[in-house]
Amino acid sequence: MVDDIVFWGLAVVAVASGIAVFRVDSMARATYALAVSFVAVGLALLLFGLDYLGVVVVLMMVMEMAIMAIYMIMFMGMNPALMPMSMVHGKRTSLAVAGLTFAVLAAGILLVDWPERRGAPAADLTLAVGRAVMGGKMLVMMTVSAVLFATIVSALVLALPRGRYDDDPADEAAS
Amino acid sequence: MTGSSLTQVSAAWVPLAAVLLLAVAAAGAAFDGAVAARAEGRPWQHGAGVPVAETARLLRQRRRRTVAADRPLELVGTGGLVVVALLMVVVVPLGRWTLGDLPVGIVWFNAMDVVVWALVWLAGWGPNSAHALVGGYRFLAQALAYELPLMFAITAPAVAAGSLAVGDVVAAQEGLWFAVWMPVAFLVFCGAVLAFSVRAPFSAPAGTDLAGGVLADSSGIDRWLLLAGRWALMAAGSAFAVAVFLGGGHGPLLPAWLWSLVKTAALLAALVWVRRRLPTVRPDRLLPFGWVVVLPLVLLQLLVVAVVVVGRG
Repeated sequence: MVDDIVFWGLAVVAVASGIAVFRVDSMARATYALAVSFVAVGLALLLFGLDYLGVVVVLMMVMEMAIMAIYMIMFMGMNPALMPMSMVHGKRTSLAVAGLTFAVLAAGILLVDWPERRGAPAADLTLAVGRAVMGGKMLVMMTVSAVLFATIVSALVLALPRGRYDDDPADEAAS
Repeated sequence: MTGSSLTQVSAAWVPLAAVLLLAVAAAGAAFDGAVAARAEGRPWQHGAGVPVAETARLLRQRRRRTVAADRPLELVGTGGLVVVALLMVVVVPLGRWTLGDLPVGIVWFNAMDVVVWALVWLAGWGPNSAHALVGGYRFLAQALAYELPLMFAITAPAVAAGSLAVGDVVAAQEGLWFAVWMPVAFLVFCGAVLAFSVRAPFSAPAGTDLAGGVLADSSGIDRWLLLAGRWALMAAGSAFAVAVFLGGGHGPLLPAWLWSLVKTAALLAALVWVRRRLPTVRPDRLLPFGWVVVLPLVLLQLLVVAVVVVGRG
């Protein structure tokens, strides 16, 4: 009963803030509306008993949106109140893609038979996740994380060969 | 949802926990005022009352509004800090009692300190003022410097205890505190507490060079919430450090809950003293230090802890 109330409450928050992402007129509000939506989804994961995954989703999404807000405003620089802007573009294509995806997923939910449960959840789900990631899939995870990190660093180096405070004669003269 | 020897108390105790957190935070602020008064050559009693006087002044002060402020986001940022500090102490045990003995309490604390990123930036964005906004950006720049060391610092006790539940980490420190044999992780975590409560050397986001940064345009109850939120975060961070590094409620003679409180007060006082002694460091100088010096050090610490744990079998 309590679980049902919590689930529906979180579901409503997730969907409503998801809609708000496209309805608000500022990058900051859109970014943090998205963050709220993700936090609600992360907390809903706690209802599955997936404590670690749920809390990590909250952690990662808040961190990501905090950083993303910087980039959003950097590239779309404007003050929300003075210069409201639309948060949508490519409306027709997006609507078509979104509608189609929703239809396919909804049809899948309604038409595919739910499988019978096989096996039982592990006693300690956090430990099971850790074993799965760091055991059998360890090589993949280590490779992927190094490649991802190298990509981020090289993209930054390409975009900004000289930092704001590096090699600046004026700065060196001052210090 | 229990993973250890702690007793999970009912949610009816939440208001008491909130009062306790704010009382510890207020004690920290009073001590800070006393230290400041002594430094200026005045008797300490003059400074200890500053938090009370400041509270009375701000509660009576009329709110000033900036033009075209993003009011909803500003409210989230200013009001959120105290809330996050309260959510942090949910997983911090007071002696044998805890509000929520989550199996992943350490990750929960980490998630809550990341929420501070968003809140400080929102408090800077909200007023539509250049000084406040620059302060918000400074905080995020610093966050990139301190967050990874913080994460690895609190990973060390979890590895040593073999559990992410704060209760298990406390239980694993019977006899020997983790701060004793993982001092680097402890010191890095203390630095991170200063960082997420925006204290020197991490006080640039609220720096005087920015006319107060994120605090620049706050007034009345908004300003009080920001200031109280910083103190509450510092108190919550100290309480968590006591649980995962300083043995929690373990100690002779006194009851466990009193040990938790005494240690928290002592650590908070030490942090106040440190923040008074250190200058504010520019965020762009903190970043290379955080990544080139602190991060490798704390990773080495984690390696040592992991080797010890494997060696013990």
